[in-house]
Amino acid sequence: MREVDLTAVRPYADHLGDGLVQMSFTLPVPYSLAARKAALELAGRMGFEEPEVVHYEQLTEGYTYFVMYGRCVQSVDFEALQGEGFDIEYMSEDEIERFAEEHLHRKVVVVGASTGSDTHSVGIDAMLNLKGYHGHHGLEGYRSFETHNLGSQVPNSVLLAKAIEVGADAILVSQTVTQQNLHVHNLTELVEMVEAEGRRGDMILACGGPRVSNELAKELGYDAGFSKGTEPQHLATFIVRELAARVASSG
Amino acid sequence: MSAPAGKLGLDPGVIAECRQAARQIADQVAEEISGRTTVSVERSVTRLLGVDGADAVEAPLPNVLVDHVHERGGLGQGIAHWLGNAMIQTGRSPQQLAEAVSAGELDLLELEQAEDGAIRERVSEECAARLREISGRFEERRAMRERLGDAPTPLRYVLTATGDVYEDVVHARAVAEAGGDIVAVIRSTAQSLLDYVPYGPTREGYGGTFATQANFRIMREAMDEWSESHGRYVRLSSFCSGLCMSEIAAMGAWEGFDNMVNDALYGILYRDINIVRGLIDQRVSRMINGYFGVAINTGEDNYLRTADAIEAAPSVTASQFINHQLARDSGVPDAQIALGDAFEIDVPVENGLLLEWAQAQLTRELFPDCPVKYMPPTRHMDGNLFRTHAADTLFNLVTVATGQGIQTIGVPTEGIFTPHIHDRVLGLQNVDYVFNAARDLGEEIEFKRGGIIQTRAQEVLAGAHALLLRIAEIGLFQAIDEATFGDVSRKVDQGRGIEGIVRTEPGYFNPVVGLMREPAKADEASYA
Repeated sequence: MREVDLTAVRPYADHLGDGLVQMSFTLPVPYSLAARKAALELAGRMGFEEPEVVHYEQLTEGYTYFVMYGRCVQSVDFEALQGEGFDIEYMSEDEIERFAEEHLHRKVVVVGASTGSDTHSVGIDAMLNLKGYHGHHGLEGYRSFETHNLGSQVPNSVLLAKAIEVGADAILVSQTVTQQNLHVHNLTELVEMVEAEGRRGDMILACGGPRVSNELAKELGYDAGFSKGTEPQHLATFIVRELAARVASSG
Repeated sequence: MSAPAGKLGLDPGVIAECRQAARQIADQVAEEISGRTTVSVERSVTRLLGVDGADAVEAPLPNVLVDHVHERGGLGQGIAHWLGNAMIQTGRSPQQLAEAVSAGELDLLELEQAEDGAIRERVSEECAARLREISGRFEERRAMRERLGDAPTPLRYVLTATGDVYEDVVHARAVAEAGGDIVAVIRSTAQSLLDYVPYGPTREGYGGTFATQANFRIMREAMDEWSESHGRYVRLSSFCSGLCMSEIAAMGAWEGFDNMVNDALYGILYRDINIVRGLIDQRVSRMINGYFGVAINTGEDNYLRTADAIEAAPSVTASQFINHQLARDSGVPDAQIALGDAFEIDVPVENGLLLEWAQAQLTRELFPDCPVKYMPPTRHMDGNLFRTHAADTLFNLVTVATGQGIQTIGVPTEGIFTPHIHDRVLGLQNVDYVFNAARDLGEEIEFKRGGIIQTRAQEVLAGAHALLLRIAEIGLFQAIDEATFGDVSRKVDQGRGIEGIVRTEPGYFNPVVGLMREPAKADEASYA
């Protein structure tokens, strides 16, 4: 039996090192022999050796669909990637509920909105509304959370007033579509307002959106930032852990 | 399309009591929402009076007009009252009046007031002429459908959602080519909470394409062209949902749409739209759909995405009874009521297929004259597209064997992204294979007396029966408060759009409702 060389791994299909990749895609060209040739050539340019079209057909006039195989000759150094802290451990919905029960003994109150001129509630809805995102419930669906989703185009002052009114543990701000650096301005303003109210220590502040990163969020004075691909349980994991840590440290 | 009669051994007495309870619930709803209108209902009236377009800052003229009257405290009379009066006083059309109001040249409330009877007559005349115009277009469409011919049921309903209407056209052509019968353009996520309908063609959306009248027209023209050149009629569908459900019904009528998702409960539960607002809008929205021969699709399938498919099955059946009655009360005939149902039991459940079969057959037997809109597995579908494709195969089998009227096709990439152009084609090929291979399977099948399928169907019906009796006792609003549907609770005095509800005053007038209550073309159904 051969050892796998973890410094140079490539796809495995039938035997070690064969590099076989299955792929399918559509080209906006008429169904023809030339289309087939184009797909083979394209796969070659992608770096695949011995590309093969196993199926192709017309979808509608001018569009052809392909199923292909090709041999990938590239490899990656898996060993170098291990232990670099890529494996962030998020909890599942059930685990979060149990964690909250054990460590917090009460509901976590969360207030969220898409602020400023942003009309898009898609981000905050994905995190907070029951329907959630990618088949994962939003926080509204958790027993351990009490959520207030104020929707879109909410002024920072309204968001903060609501947070104070309901005694929020966390404020969530979504910035989906912004122009220039309006989102930076919006996000900064909220932090300043929370600080002016003397509430910064009582609340977790988190923001999210396609142009938000954890690095940017921290720079602006938030506890965390969430980017594309975030699912509600990722956010929930962060909130319950952070809150539990705060409870523990305050004795 | 007649359902195979009585394979489940259902008790007709229980069914009759369910219908009775649903009638009681629908009557209570009618009572609760009476004496009110909404800003969107009034905007629909302006649309059916021919008002269209937007001002310089892209505010749609129906909004400009309704807001103008609302801000001056006159909306309790109905927008038609003010428009009718202004037509008499100025001799201008509703569109010209809207433009004058938008330009700030005219205040509808400061005009001299004509006598009520004269106003009603003038505005009803205008409205009747517009309805005749739309009806004429509907008749042309019916003729086209008949000339080109329909596919046998189940009709294959396919969703597109690129965000760009011009890309949607390409996707829709591929759908038609692969045998799709109904193309539905999913709306942008943000749209359901907008209290206006955007204007003009749009090329950007999130998770879907904005429903605008211009986008409707672009899709309709493209599909008509395809239908004519390929000799098969392709239907179009959109979404009468969110805060503008009645306006979208009016727009769809103008542009010759054939189907509409139409269920306020979806917006109430999943978009937190106020219950009363949603149900007032729904009543008018369904009335418009019903009148113009549009088949409506209800949204019970959604409950199974947030509640457990096995436990929540009775709530689906109960909701079907209620939705059916509410639709009939809005003048929608059975043949245009496609009640929602879905194949959502998790894959590892032993005998899950039998339970799905029982539920699908149950819906058909309870509502034999309704087409039913049967939805594919989504909730438990993850990125493993090969497993999803396999689950869809079983779903397709149940669809054809139980004779569903409309099937939303499953696509292998469910749960990953909105489908790519080839994903839908793969889904449709799966459908074709199964529908063809098992075309008359339903005719051959009888279920074992007291077996798993019969027992399950009877249990679900019994559960629905108990639930309906309880809802009839406490009312639908309280039932929603108690999280009866989809495990979501909503309160009657909360939710979005609540500020758009307006109490009607004694002189309130809405010509659309009156005219549509007259014997309509709707009794001849598009799904005969």
